Amino acid sequence: MENPRIGVYICHCGINIAATVDVQKVTEFAATLPGVVVARNYLYMCSDPGQALIRHDIEAEGLTGVVVASCSPRMHEPTFRGAAQQAGLNPYCLEMANIREQCSWVHSDRAKATEKAQWLVASVVAKVARLVPLDSREVAVTPGALIIGGGVAGMVAALDIADAGFPVYLVEKTDRLGGRVAGLDRLFPAMEPVTGLLSPLIERVRSHPRVTLLLSSQVTGVEGYVGNFQAQVETAGHSAPLVLPVGVIIVATGYDLFDPRRKPELGYGQYPNVVTSLELEHILARESADTALSPALRSIAFIQCVGSRDAQVGNPYCSRVCCMYTARQARLLKELRPNAEVTVFYMDVRTFGKGAEEFYDEARAKGVRYRRGNVSEIYRRGERVVLLGEDTLQGRPFEFQADLVVLATGMEPRHDSAALSTLLKLPRSADGFFLELHPKLRPVDTAVDGVFLAGCCQGPKDIPDTIAQAKAAASSALIPLLRGRVPVEAATAIVDAEMCAGCGMCVEVCPYGAPGLDPLWGVSRVNAVLCKGCGACASACPSKAIRLQQFTPDQILAQVDALVGVS
Amino acid sequence: MKTQPLTEQLELFGCIQCGKCTGGCPVARKTTLNIRSLIYHMLIEPELNLEAHPELWDCTSCFTCVVRCPKDVRPAELIIALRGQLVESGRVPDTVGAALMGIFRQGNPTGIAREDRTAWMDGLSVKPAQEGCELLYYVGCTPAYDLRAQPIARALVRAFTAAGLDFGTLGIEESCCGNEVRRMGEMGLFEMLVEENGALIRSVGASRLVTTSPHCFNTFKNEYGLDGIEVLHYTQLIAELLDQGRLAFSREVTKKVTYHDPCFLGKQNNVFEEPRAILKAIPGLELVEMDRNRERSLCCEGGGGRMWAEGTNLEQRLAFQRVLEAADTGAEILAVACPFCLMTLEDAVKVQGLEERLRVMDIMELVNLAL
Repeated sequence: MENPRIGVYICHCGINIAATVDVQKVTEFAATLPGVVVARNYLYMCSDPGQALIRHDIEAEGLTGVVVASCSPRMHEPTFRGAAQQAGLNPYCLEMANIREQCSWVHSDRAKATEKAQWLVASVVAKVARLVPLDSREVAVTPGALIIGGGVAGMVAALDIADAGFPVYLVEKTDRLGGRVAGLDRLFPAMEPVTGLLSPLIERVRSHPRVTLLLSSQVTGVEGYVGNFQAQVETAGHSAPLVLPVGVIIVATGYDLFDPRRKPELGYGQYPNVVTSLELEHILARESADTALSPALRSIAFIQCVGSRDAQVGNPYCSRVCCMYTARQARLLKELRPNAEVTVFYMDVRTFGKGAEEFYDEARAKGVRYRRGNVSEIYRRGERVVLLGEDTLQGRPFEFQADLVVLATGMEPRHDSAALSTLLKLPRSADGFFLELHPKLRPVDTAVDGVFLAGCCQGPKDIPDTIAQAKAAASSALIPLLRGRVPVEAATAIVDAEMCAGCGMCVEVCPYGAPGLDPLWGVSRVNAVLCKGCGACASACPSKAIRLQQFTPDQILAQVDALVGVS
Repeated sequence: MKTQPLTEQLELFGCIQCGKCTGGCPVARKTTLNIRSLIYHMLIEPELNLEAHPELWDCTSCFTCVVRCPKDVRPAELIIALRGQLVESGRVPDTVGAALMGIFRQGNPTGIAREDRTAWMDGLSVKPAQEGCELLYYVGCTPAYDLRAQPIARALVRAFTAAGLDFGTLGIEESCCGNEVRRMGEMGLFEMLVEENGALIRSVGASRLVTTSPHCFNTFKNEYGLDGIEVLHYTQLIAELLDQGRLAFSREVTKKVTYHDPCFLGKQNNVFEEPRAILKAIPGLELVEMDRNRERSLCCEGGGGRMWAEGTNLEQRLAFQRVLEAADTGAEILAVACPFCLMTLEDAVKVQGLEERLRVMDIMELVNLAL
């Protein structure tokens, strides 16, 4: 850029930066750098007065570029770029120098930290002098949502979005709504039948004018990007797949139950008296307890943490819901068979939700006995089974006889989630559940813009948390839908067609499918809407034909030169 | 002794005291040995008085605790490490000490002269492996020296010869594999054996090594680092030969047989099906399963030095219970695949006067009848 006029703003960040870096000295140094016409420091640049400083200088000094030396751009780059834009400066002419996370927070020597901050500022000033304005762009959002999964999470999200006025496609693999909750009997805390919760939900979904319900259907392909997805759905009764245009997608595919056959020492599948908690639910839900549970039952044992918190089966995580559902089932069984001994074998009892600890107290008050010891093995003795374990509070090994053993099996990611992950390019965490963008700040977003998560597909959780997350996902999904437009990355890659040899390396390395070889000219073109500006193609291109805007070779080399002191 | 160094070295911090180890420990109900409690002590107390824990010698190193621990803590390794401390200060039960001395001096725990190691071969022609062979047959101390176990080795030689395999043994140069030595805590002797045996094994140049005993199999496979050599237990090899048609059974053995999974073959190395495949291939043989089979097989209490630990834990041996379980299936024969199981279970049959009901035989003895 000719005659750059750059403003440099050094932030104290309270004492976060100023206690380690001499901000006054850095300010004085910045004023000496080529192209810098004003250099200031302030207590909190991100505050309103701080931003006002930038805006004022842009107008008064006719700045062509701004450097804010403060925290990580991940914190406040949008804030500062917004301020610049308000004052009439193209936001892409503003860059940040990270002198907090990359300087004051990791060093203790004041002199050296100050010197490093100076080099960092010099480097970013050199870059900003070479920045060019970029056009922010927005694309229109297709007014509609696709929700994958017709369980509780999917239905709640569908209703919220439909109630807000948008059409929703709800795709469900099986032939019915309700998901895993439909297999339960009674729900905590009032011990009401599950139909009380589900039936109204299912009825509202079926009858909602803006919800298109696709049962016995599966998503087999997704093209496009936020605001403009095309989802391919195979559905019973149609020979060709449907192509649904939607603006946002919510994944609510739920979980699979751990198969206790993977722990053969517990005898599941070998002994009829060893059942899973879900099987017990089915017994209780579909049959009258009088017929299903023999009155002659003398001893019922529950075993917690089957397939959870267990490195041996590759599930080190806690499944979160089992302590509560076991307390509920144990209490129910004790009420149905008051003469039977009901014992819960546990390692820890995690009853964290509202009313949960009190419920656990009630269960014990009603006579459910809790014994601390993870059962190691089960074998048969006549018609009964024997549980081998140690009561760790007594410090004594036991051989505990039972007529019925209920395994509190944990949740696992669905076994077909790998396929969906590939389809939607959704990363998964180490435990195999879909990965949220940030564990605290962005619990329903994913790395793919426009795709959101709800329910147990993101991690084990109970019904209240599932519904809360479904509503959060709907709310986040409604933002682009209601705005009608979404911004797309401006700092994208551009191919110089003259230099391009048509080798196709860029097409191979791009994770987003943005570059494509033009069939007629044989050179690559980057779809600027799909491009996320990661730079992989620019690095890979053997002809150096691709330039990543905002990170061009001359900009980066200028930064390097400034760092090594060659002006 | 101070607890911290071992606690850190063995990474005991992962333990959440769930009790699966002690709960599944086969000797837990007949001894004061409580591994969970020991780990807790290591975690919270600065000192441990080893003298106060003679029950450390009760562990059979079946490794059920290791296989089941949900936090990958490996409790049995603590027992082995504590035994190591005792061994270093010479505080071992006399008979255990004698076995270790025998291994050190004569390469086998009985202490019988090394020169007599090949006595079992009398009348058989077996190539010295040192001349080079594709399959190295590691006989093992018990099959070599113990009269009851020698028929297993002879049966294997007969089978390998019938299948036309190019095999050999190390003869009197063969020494104890050291599996039990490590589990008795004698790390110095174990490391010496690994080095010497390892060099000898590699010098043969065989691509495969097969053992009689699951104990030898376990240590060669998992602890020796014999890269490039496929280590097998004989049941895996015999099952393979049957499958390939290189071995065939021509005679009937019309017996009802039940099979006891040895700890070092089954629960520790997941070899469950090959022994059963061999038994089912024998014409006329009916295989019945005990309730506690495969991963839940009840340890015979022969491992971890228990073959030689006398005067410790005077409760009834687990083998006694096991043979009763076998007899309850209605089987006439209790088939085993480990020389230690063979001896402990046979002893248990005799002491309980069950000879009329049950006979203990190694799988190879049955194979020998069927070949």
